[in-house]
Amino acid sequence: MIHLKTTWHHIRRSPYQAFAAILIMLLTFFVVSVFAFVIVGSSKVISYFETKPQVTVFFKDEAKQENIDALKEDLESGGQVSSTKFVSKDEALAIYREQNKNDPLLLELVTADILPASLEVSAHKVEDLAPISEKLKESNYVQEVIYQKDVVSTLTSWTGALRKIGVGLIILLSLVSVFIIGTIIGIKISQKRDEIEIMRLIGATYWYIRWPFIFEGIFYSVAGALLGWIVASGVFWYASPFLAAFLRGIPVFPVSPVYLLILLGGELLLAICLGAFSSFLAVLRYLK
Amino acid sequence: MIKLDNVSKLYGTGSGLTDVTFTIEKGEFVFIIGPTGSGKTTLFRLIIRDSLPTKGSITVGDWDVVKLPHQKLPNLRKKVGVIFQDLKLLSDRTIFENTVLPLEVRGVNALEAKKQVELVLEQVGIAAHRDKFPIQLSGGELQRAAIARALVLSPEILLADEPTGNLDPKTGKDILKLLSDINAKGTTILMATHNLEVVDHMHKRVIALEKGKLVRDEKKGKYDSS
Repeated sequence: MIHLKTTWHHIRRSPYQAFAAILIMLLTFFVVSVFAFVIVGSSKVISYFETKPQVTVFFKDEAKQENIDALKEDLESGGQVSSTKFVSKDEALAIYREQNKNDPLLLELVTADILPASLEVSAHKVEDLAPISEKLKESNYVQEVIYQKDVVSTLTSWTGALRKIGVGLIILLSLVSVFIIGTIIGIKISQKRDEIEIMRLIGATYWYIRWPFIFEGIFYSVAGALLGWIVASGVFWYASPFLAAFLRGIPVFPVSPVYLLILLGGELLLAICLGAFSSFLAVLRYLK
Repeated sequence: MIKLDNVSKLYGTGSGLTDVTFTIEKGEFVFIIGPTGSGKTTLFRLIIRDSLPTKGSITVGDWDVVKLPHQKLPNLRKKVGVIFQDLKLLSDRTIFENTVLPLEVRGVNALEAKKQVELVLEQVGIAAHRDKFPIQLSGGELQRAAIARALVLSPEILLADEPTGNLDPKTGKDILKLLSDINAKGTTILMATHNLEVVDHMHKRVIALEKGKLVRDEKKGKYDSS
């Protein structure tokens, strides 16, 4: 308790240094939060695409149900297909109507006759999509085959790159933060050399003198982490409607508050470690 | 209580102390006299192990000060209160906060510490100034504040380095009276001074240093050798 009182005393006596230390920590944890959002969001996007049908086959109007069933059975017996889903002309119309329910003109123009029946096919492996697609194109009843090629693998490689950039940036900013907090604590120790000398002479132990400086580093770090998280969450909350519109149909939103609280918990833990580590380095360096 | 045996302290610039030997018993009041640079402050620094002797041994109570493990130093400094020549009061803390510092360092609970500080501030006569900062006090009041801080842990030994040095004669006498009262209650006092009047007036033991050497040790001495 007495150490916390002394820590608060130190902070109040030099508000500008405290401000600088908190600001650099805010920047670090803002970047940590943003990359956490990006990584979790992109994982959700990837898993969405992974669960979507990867090949869609549109049938000619003359294709009969038994032709389609035969093709379906043939596909499923090959072992490359994980699932199939048949969408009849009427179902296609129902989907079309749902998607365009706000546009009566579009609804009037389209009937079940002009919409083709289709089969949505998912493969076990991305590389099997091309042979499945080729096989389907050979059928006389197939009008068109659309497959997403390597959407998932492109997204995965993008996410991987983003993750690497994020981790690199976070490590760099953490190092900068450690050095800045360490330097600020070092300056504080130098400023208080007389006070420390007096404390020592009246019988203070080394740790009695050290704790307030270590708590000071932790305080800057935790305050910066909290503010960084608040700013990042605020920006995220503000940008959510635009992002939701951009990612229409992909269930990224709403983000659970539990996730945000877990992120805050993790960041506070990291902040305590960073703050303690940097001030401990300063204490070792300047308080021998 | 305090025993120095052939203690020498060499500095790069010359000798601090050379082969000093003496013993001080519990409850004594001893003047350490000598001109500036004679080694008075060095002697005090060695007793609280703010510095280590080049050779010789120092005993305070049961402790061998030279061999005392680092973690026991706070215990030694609790036993030996020091009134520093430059007072060493923290300018950004009030008199109360300065005085309570040794108790906080020892982990005494706040309520008990407050009681003890109020008692000691009353004893040294500056209770009315408890919430003032050092810059707001006179020289004599600052000296009393330094005494209060040295006394608050009830030390067995009090080292006073030139406590009347910068004071007018009247205030100097008041401080001396205060130290005599503290000594009468059983605290051993070593007072470094070059104030002739004070030493001659008190008729106490006098240890004289000159260029780092002990040149005189008299039971009821005077400033100048008779």
